[in-house]
Formats: sequence, C-alpha cells, structure tokens
Amino acid sequence: MAFPAPRPGARLPARSVRRFACGPGAVRAVRFNVDGNYCLTCSSDKSLKLWNPHRGTLLKTYAGHGYEVLDAAGSCDNSQICSCGADKTVILWDVATGQLVRKFRGHGGKVNCVQFNEESTVIVSGSIDTSIRCWDCRSRRPEPIQILDEAKDGVSSVKVSDHEILSGSVDGRVRRYDLRMGQLFADYVGSPITSVCFSRDGQCSLSSSLDCTLRLLDKETGELLGEYTGHRNSEYQLDCCFNESDTHVVSASEDGLVYFWDLVEHPQLLGGENSRFPRPFV
Amino acid sequence: MASDGEEEDFSYFGSALEPLEEDETTKKPTPLQEQTVKDEKGRYSRFHGAFTGGFSAGYFNSVGSKEGWTPSTFVSSRQQKADKQLFRPEHFMDEEVLYRFLGCDLRSKAVTLLDLEQRWRITIGVQLLRRMGWKEGQGLGPRVKRKPRRQRCGTGVKVYGCSLPGEVTEGSQEEEEEEYQPENVTFAPKDVMPMDFTQKADRHGLGYSGIDPHRALYGASGEGSFSTFNADSDRSRNLLGDVQSSKGRKLGITGQAFGVGALEEDDADIYARDTLSRYDTVLAEEEPGDGLYGWTAPQQYKKTKGLDAPGYIGKLLEGFSLGSRATKSKKVYCPPELPRDYRPVHYFRPVVAPGTVSTAMALALEASAGQLSAEAPKGRHQLSATQRRDLLGEGALEGPRSVFELLAAKDQDRLKQVQQQQQAACGAPASRDLSDRSQAPPSRQPWAPRLAALGGGRVAGSSEFKPFVKNPEKQKRYEEYVEKLKGGESDALQSCLDLNMTEWERAREQDEFSQAAALYRPTSVSLSSRFTRGKFAEDADKVEVPEEQEGDVNDKEAAVKMKMFGSLTRDKFEWHPEKVLCKRFNVPDPYPGSTIAGLLKVKRDKYSVFNFLTVPPAPASSGMGMKRESVQQDKSFKAAKAPESRRRSRWDMSAEEKEKGAAGLDTAETSSALHTVEEVGAEQGNPPADKADIEEEESRPSMDLFKAIFASSSEEKSSSSSSDEADEDEDEESSPGVRDAVEPIQPAPPAVSPPVKESGFRAREAGTEEFGPKLPPTLLFGNARLSPDGASGSPVPGCERPEGHGGSTAHHKDRPRKKHKDRQKGKKQKKDKKKKHKKHKHRSKPRARDRAPRGSESSSGESGHSDNGRNPRPTPPLDLLKRLKNLPLAGRR
Repeated sequence: MAFPAPRPGARLPARSVRRFACGPGAVRAVRFNVDGNYCLTCSSDKSLKLWNPHRGTLLKTYAGHGYEVLDAAGSCDNSQICSCGADKTVILWDVATGQLVRKFRGHGGKVNCVQFNEESTVIVSGSIDTSIRCWDCRSRRPEPIQILDEAKDGVSSVKVSDHEILSGSVDGRVRRYDLRMGQLFADYVGSPITSVCFSRDGQCSLSSSLDCTLRLLDKETGELLGEYTGHRNSEYQLDCCFNESDTHVVSASEDGLVYFWDLVEHPQLLGGENSRFPRPFV
Repeated sequence: MASDGEEEDFSYFGSALEPLEEDETTKKPTPLQEQTVKDEKGRYSRFHGAFTGGFSAGYFNSVGSKEGWTPSTFVSSRQQKADKQLFRPEHFMDEEVLYRFLGCDLRSKAVTLLDLEQRWRITIGVQLLRRMGWKEGQGLGPRVKRKPRRQRCGTGVKVYGCSLPGEVTEGSQEEEEEEYQPENVTFAPKDVMPMDFTQKADRHGLGYSGIDPHRALYGASGEGSFSTFNADSDRSRNLLGDVQSSKGRKLGITGQAFGVGALEEDDADIYARDTLSRYDTVLAEEEPGDGLYGWTAPQQYKKTKGLDAPGYIGKLLEGFSLGSRATKSKKVYCPPELPRDYRPVHYFRPVVAPGTVSTAMALALEASAGQLSAEAPKGRHQLSATQRRDLLGEGALEGPRSVFELLAAKDQDRLKQVQQQQQAACGAPASRDLSDRSQAPPSRQPWAPRLAALGGGRVAGSSEFKPFVKNPEKQKRYEEYVEKLKGGESDALQSCLDLNMTEWERAREQDEFSQAAALYRPTSVSLSSRFTRGKFAEDADKVEVPEEQEGDVNDKEAAVKMKMFGSLTRDKFEWHPEKVLCKRFNVPDPYPGSTIAGLLKVKRDKYSVFNFLTVPPAPASSGMGMKRESVQQDKSFKAAKAPESRRRSRWDMSAEEKEKGAAGLDTAETSSALHTVEEVGAEQGNPPADKADIEEEESRPSMDLFKAIFASSSEEKSSSSSSDEADEDEDEESSPGVRDAVEPIQPAPPAVSPPVKESGFRAREAGTEEFGPKLPPTLLFGNARLSPDGASGSPVPGCERPEGHGGSTAHHKDRPRKKHKDRQKGKKQKKDKKKKHKKHKHRSKPRARDRAPRGSESSSGESGHSDNGRNPRPTPPLDLLKRLKNLPLAGRR
C-alpha cells in the first residue's frame, strides 16, 4: 500500500540527530524548555537532568526527588523548573544553582504530570490520586490554591493554557476547566486517556487513549474533528502533540517509533525512529 | 577408669607446652588501646571493627562518638545537594590503596580530564589565535612600534593622609618602563576594550562599587587604591601586566599608619621614611580636577587621549564614552508674560444683570477686573440634559422612563395593590400617582413598600437576629412584626406597635423595625438570591455531593461507539475557580463574590444509594400523560391533603402513594381520616394492630422490598421466586385469562385520583420544594403507576400482578425494585425491626395476594360497577406494557 506523498512543505524529521546516554535508569520523560534550546530528562534514578540537546552536553543534575521523576516543565523565563515524581511531591528548582526552592507535598499518590501556567506563577500537577492541584509559586503557602478532584480515576496528563486547564484522566474523560467562563467541560472518550494537548491555535484538543487512537476534539463543542490510528498504544503512557505549525499530529508508539499524521488528511505519514523513550515528546 | 597402661599408648603430636612455673607471672595481654596497626609509613590505621572484628577506634565498642547515641541536631543538607559532586569509590581510597589497586593515581587523572574539559570549552577561534602567537589581553592586528606612550603630567598624584606603598612603587615602575624602550621591539596593538555587557545586579549608583572586602583587607594590594570606583586606570594597568601583584602582599591595608602586624613577615617598611614632600603644604586648589565631588567621587578618567569633550569636566563611567556630537540644547520656552494689571487673587464675582446694578456698582465691578458676566453664555456643563436637548432641538427620548414601566402590566397592578395597601396601612394618603411614587418612594417609610414588594420569604428568618435585645418588649414587638411580615400581612407594622406610645415614638419604631427587618436578613437569604435554593434540609448525617454528576456512561459509550462526539459525550458544569487562581492566571473572576470553589455541592444522605446512582432527573410533568383521564374525583380530600404533604419528601410521598394504592384496593370507601392514620402507621413502621387488613396491605410492598434486597438480582429468578412464594397464587396463575378478565374491572377508587390542578401544583413542587434524596425519574413512576401522587394507584397491583406471573418484561420488574430502593434506604433504621417482621410478612403476603383479587372481585361485585361508571377507563395493563416498552432509554439501569 502506497501512502500519498507528504505535502511539499512538510519536512518531517526522519533520523535521530543525537542520542545521549542519560544514566542508568529509564528515562520517564523528556521535555524541551520554552524556546527549545535545552531539554530536561526525568530519570527513574531519582534525578532530573538538564541538557543542551544540540551539543549533547549535560549541564546540570537536579537531585532531590525521593523516587522516580515522572515529569518536568521549565518556567517561561527559564529560571525555574518544576518536576514531579513517584514520591508524591512536586518540586520547584532553581535552574542556575540547582537548588530546591520549594517542595509541595499533598498529593496522595504518584504525581504523573506537572505544568507551569503561562506566567509560571502556578504549578498544576495531576496525580494518580485523581486530583489536580494548583500550587502557588508566589506565596509560601504549603497547601495548594485549589484542588480539582472531579476526575474519577488517576489524572494522566495536564496541560495549561492562558486561561484553561486541560486534563486527561484514566476514567476516559478529557476535562477542560475554563477559568474565564467558570465552567468545566467533560468530554467522554471512553478509553483511558494517556495524554492530552492543546493545538497551537487553541481551538482543538488532542487526546491519545489506550485504544490506540488519537482523537482531535473541538474545544468548544466537543465534536470529533479527526481520529488518528495506526500506532500502537495499549499499555503505556505515551505522549502526543502537534508539530509547531499545527499541520501534523505526532505521537509515540509502543513499537518504538514516532508516528506523524497529517492533521487533515489522515494517513499515517512516517514513522521516525525513537527506540528508547517511553514518553518522548514535549 | 583409665589405667596407666592405656595412658602410655597415647601418641603425641606437636611439641608439648612448657610446664608452668609457679613464680613466673603471667604475661599481660596488650590492652586494646595499644593494639595498633601501622601502615607502611608508620601512620596509624584505624579499624572501626565492623568488618574486621577488630576494635572501634577511640571509643571502644561504642558508637564512635563522645556523646554516644545522643543524636546531633539535624542539619539540612538541602543547600549542599546542588553542588554535591558525585563520588566514586576512588575518592574514598587512600593513595596507597589506589596505587595498589589501580597502579596509578586516579586523582591526577581526574585533574587532567578536567583540564581537557576546560580546553574543550575554549572556542576554536581562540585556539587558532593562540597558535598564531596571540596572547590573551592583546589586541588584534599587526604589531606596532610604540611611541612613548604618555606624558605623565608633572608630579605624581598627590596623596592625602598616609600613602599606600603600592602606589608609590607604581609610579616609579611606570617611569622605569618608559625609560626602557628598545627600538627594534614591536608591540601588539592595544586591545580594544570590549563592550561590557555585565548586568547591573546591585542598587548602587552607576559606576559605584562598594569596597570589596577581599580587596580591601586581604586581597591584591598591588591594585593599591581600593577605590570604590573602578575607572579604567586599573584596567590599563592590567593590560600591561600587573607588576605589583608579583610582590605578593598579603594585606591590602598596610604601611606606616597601620603599623605592622605581629604576624606580618614583611617588616621592611617599618622604618621607611615618610618624606614631607609627599604631604600637602598648602591648602591649594591644585586638585587633579577632582575636587568636584568630594572624595567619594569617581576617579578621574585618565586624560591620555585628548579628545575628551571640552565641556565635560567630570569623569566617564566604565562602559561609557563621551558622545561625539553634542546633544541639542533643550529649548526653553519662557512663561507667558503677564498683563501689567494682573492681580494674582481670585475672586468670585457676583452675577449681575446689567440693568439691575447701578452704574457705580458696575464700574466698580469692572474695575475689579471683571466685566459684567450675566450675559455670558452658560457652558455646556452647566446645562442639564433637557436644556441641551432643547437647544439642539431634539425630541424627548422614547421608551420607558423608569424600571417600573418595564414590568408587565399584571405585575404593575400587583405592585400597585401592594403599595396601596401599604399606604392605607400607614395611614398615608394614597392619592399620589403610582409612577410618581415609584420614582420617589414616600419618605416617611422608605423601607416598607420595598419590603412588601420583596415578599415575605425574603425577610424570613430575621427572628434569629435580635436587634433589640436590650429592650425585651421591643424585641417582642419586633419579632411579632417579622412574623406577620412573613405571613404576608401588609399591615404588620401598624398592628404590632404599642398603642400607648406617642405618635412620634411610633413613627420612629416603625422606621427602626422596617430597617432592621431589611438589614438583618440572614446570609442564607441574601445568598439565595444568587444561588439556587438548597433542596435538602441540613442534617448531621448528610454528605456533600456534587449537585450535578456526570451523566450515565452507558449512553455515552454508545455515542462514542457511533463516533457521535459532541453534545452526547459532553457534560458541562458550573465550576468556580479559586480567587487566587484567577489572579495568578490574570483572568477576571467569573463569579465575583462567590464563596465556593469547585463544583456546586449539595447535601445528601450519607448512606444514600442515590449518591451512587446517576439518574438523570426526568421532567416532573411527563408522568401526567395517563392520568389525565381519571382526574375528576375528590377535590375536597385532595385539598385537605395538600397542605399536609406539602413539605414532605419524595420518599414520604412515594410511601404514602403506595399505601394509598394498596389501601384503595380493598376499601374503596376509605375515609380521609383512615388514610391519615394509616399513613402515620406506615411512617412509623409499625401499623396499628387492630386494622388487620390494612396492615396486610401495607406489608405487601415491603415484601417486595425484601425481594429486592434478598432475592438475587436477575429478574427471572426473582420473578420465579416470587411465584414460588406465592404458592396460593399459583392457582390463579394457571388461569391468566381470568386475571385479564378481572383486571379491567378493577376500579379506581373514588378517593384517590387527584384533580389536575393539584397535580400540576405537585409537579411544580417536585422541582422546587422537596427534601430527601432524589428519586428515580418520575417518568417511570408516572407511566407505571398512573399518577405520581399515588392517591389513585388503582392499576398498580393490577399490572404488577401479571408481570410477576404471566410473561413479564424487564421494564416492569424495574419499577417495583426502584420503588423499593428508596424505601429501603429510608427505612434503613427500621431494618432490624423489619427483619423481625419478615417472616410473618412472608406468611401474610400470600394471603394478601389472594385477598387482593378477591377484594377486587368483591369490589367489582358490590361497588365496582358503580366505580366503573364513574371511572370509565381504567387503562388496561396491556396498554401499560406497551407504554413501558416505549420508554426512552434514559434512566433504565
């Protein structure tokens, strides 16, 4: 079966540029910083590492988690990093000194995902304890600003836009908390959701679920705009995202490949090689 | 036992011990502390003994510290964590061990690795330059022959106070340098000062850097002057190579004035002569141009190049250079010239019309610098809107003049009425126009009409507030007033005032009361304007559950399967973000003033099944479909019933309805009194014993309850078990045809079906005024049992029966079970009691069962015909079945 040729403008990464050895433990997540010049690896050896991915040099190691680090995110001004881990904590780091600025305790289980808000004043973390907690970086309050406990099962993925919090839960629902409207939209997808993300234009939400399907939902109405299948994702928490111009949908797959789909025409375009990371994407 | 001969047979191995001598003292064992081990170089090695079985160094066989087990105070290592390097085993090895194991010194190796890494960081350009002979600090470009660099102006810098030795030497050395200048030597060009991009991290003034303690006390004294301003003089010296630093002074501040420290090795200068020439002899102005700013001023910029702007006397800060072009001088505009006779005193002149003032007066006014202003046109701000409109020649605006006019005519009338009543009550003349009043409420009683308009419910509850506690009489009167107000009496104020009071006192108290009633509204009331009413009374054993829950998963599953995403799969809730969260997100609070966060919560029974059931609430009116036909009877009974059942929960209603349905069967002529008694009995769970048949009937539904609880869940089983239980029914079951024949005749007892109006009222109430847990959708109820009020209930036993015996459908089984679920929940406390009852109920049930048809037969015999005449359409069960089948999916579980 021949796939239609990719559109002329679209150049997809076809080879892995660099590969760096991150240490003994499995890498739980890799995240780019805001401008893409640095990346963070979350390792199961309790450490968080900052890399220059273009030169492959290890810049800093942040040690302080008590167990696996599961997710991390960089602040908008690159001065801080937040990370979360299986030790039920969310940690705020100072990038330059490598010191731990705050440690937020309160989650009742593994913290799966963590995000800064747009101004990096709030950390939003989603945990296996079915709650999303919003931590304040500005004040010294030890308790979260708000706990969003609407999920019926663990929260696997959280994304934050300027006025929304998008979360995917294992109970098969994509929930979007709209702070501006003061409303909660829950879209039922059915299968446990592993990853959600906003499109760059903010109109759609993409969710990948354990039925090997990525679904593109209209943010406002919840209608299904597209469905992308072909990859394999039935066990692990894998990431999905859009490319930088919203023309393609990218997802990891359990066969070690990265899959690209054209946003509009759905055929699977290319499998890039990526053999190591269980959660390879930003 | 051993004989001597045997003894001699021993064979000996090894050498025998020396025989002990009595006088020889036993050799003392070396004490532990002297058992030491030394390494090759004679240093003591310590064994802590854990692995070698040796001794613990220092504190024998203890924990190795003086304090023993006393814990030391906790010291957080959090701050050290960041710069903690990773240790390898080599780091903990002695050099000897290292050498022995690895054959080389790994640490030195590590150093070289570090070097390598540093070398890696140097860019390729620098590396190339270096290879070409460039050294750091030099400029680029062809080497030049240097001219005599500078003409040092006159004498050296004057020093005030004691001089620092470094500076003295500095001057001399520079001179030396100038002297020695071979001709064939070329120099690298001077390095161009790179632009300094370092951030300003402190809050000092530009160019100021405080005294660096390292430099001032211990640091490089070669720099000599630890001026707080680092002008480029330092740097130029650096470029030339810092000669002084090679002297290696330890302290920055040394010299004659400070003496020589005891530990100072360099005491050569102790006896140095201080020449007078280095001191000022005159108080003169031969400052090096530096007297401008005092001693804290920035050091003067070295005037090596003469291209300093001529007008600039100060010094340049680091990183700044003088501009080549002079900035344009700012043009200064002079203030406007004042008229000659201007008097800086403001006065308000009287507005005078020219004709009215005497000429002398006018003249005087004019002299005081004002012309007569009466004719001056008014500014537009002085005009009112209507005046402006007139000037512009516009017509009057159309539309309502006040909010009052926006109301519907009916409401206006009502308001008018209320107000008139109020007016009448207050004794005020009610002659004024209504609109007039609405715009300007009577000033005497500003609160009263408004209160009345708000209605009794809004001011309710103010009795909890006691604004007049000090005066119990008054408080009593106030409470009375509030009560009356609640009751909707418009003349509440008048009636409850003390008649003995004077007119003035009364008026005052009226005002007070009405104000208090308006002010002291409980928060719940003021909040209720913003939120929906709480549906359930507060109780101790209630829990908060989300008001709305995400809908049933099943139909969503179906929708997902059909890929019908959108409204089918979407749930929308009102969600209140925390105020701080909004602030942090830079988003306006969508619910300003809201005190809750998250989803809206309501209180529910703690142990209610319905917290876990997600049943979509069905429209209350949808159940009315069938009983439209049988609506006409017994208005009076219903009317008597209505106020009583008004505040009851759904659960109560359903129970009552069941009983009525049951009771209506055998006693068609039940009086309302009997009904109430029976209800009371049912609610208490122990019916009066004398009414045997009533009890039997009452127990019948509770039997179903037990079926629902104890029988297995599948319908076939329960139905079969019910048929097993109903052994006496079996003869009837064998003849379903008879039943069908019986069924339609079954009368709707006259005392039961509600009037339309009442039911409508009920339906409304179901939405607003019910307490207790939510029921399964009334849709099911209404269709199944004809009237949600339950008073009729006539076909219930009829249609229940065939479904239990003749081929029943799932929908039918559904209903009774649901009905009993809520009953089961409500009666949880009584459960044990019921368990006691269980057996006899089971026994009694068959009797009830076979009695019921008999009763119906008898009723058909005696009164049934007349009933039939009254109620012509008792809805055959087949029809019912059909309807049930056509029920929508929602709510079926």
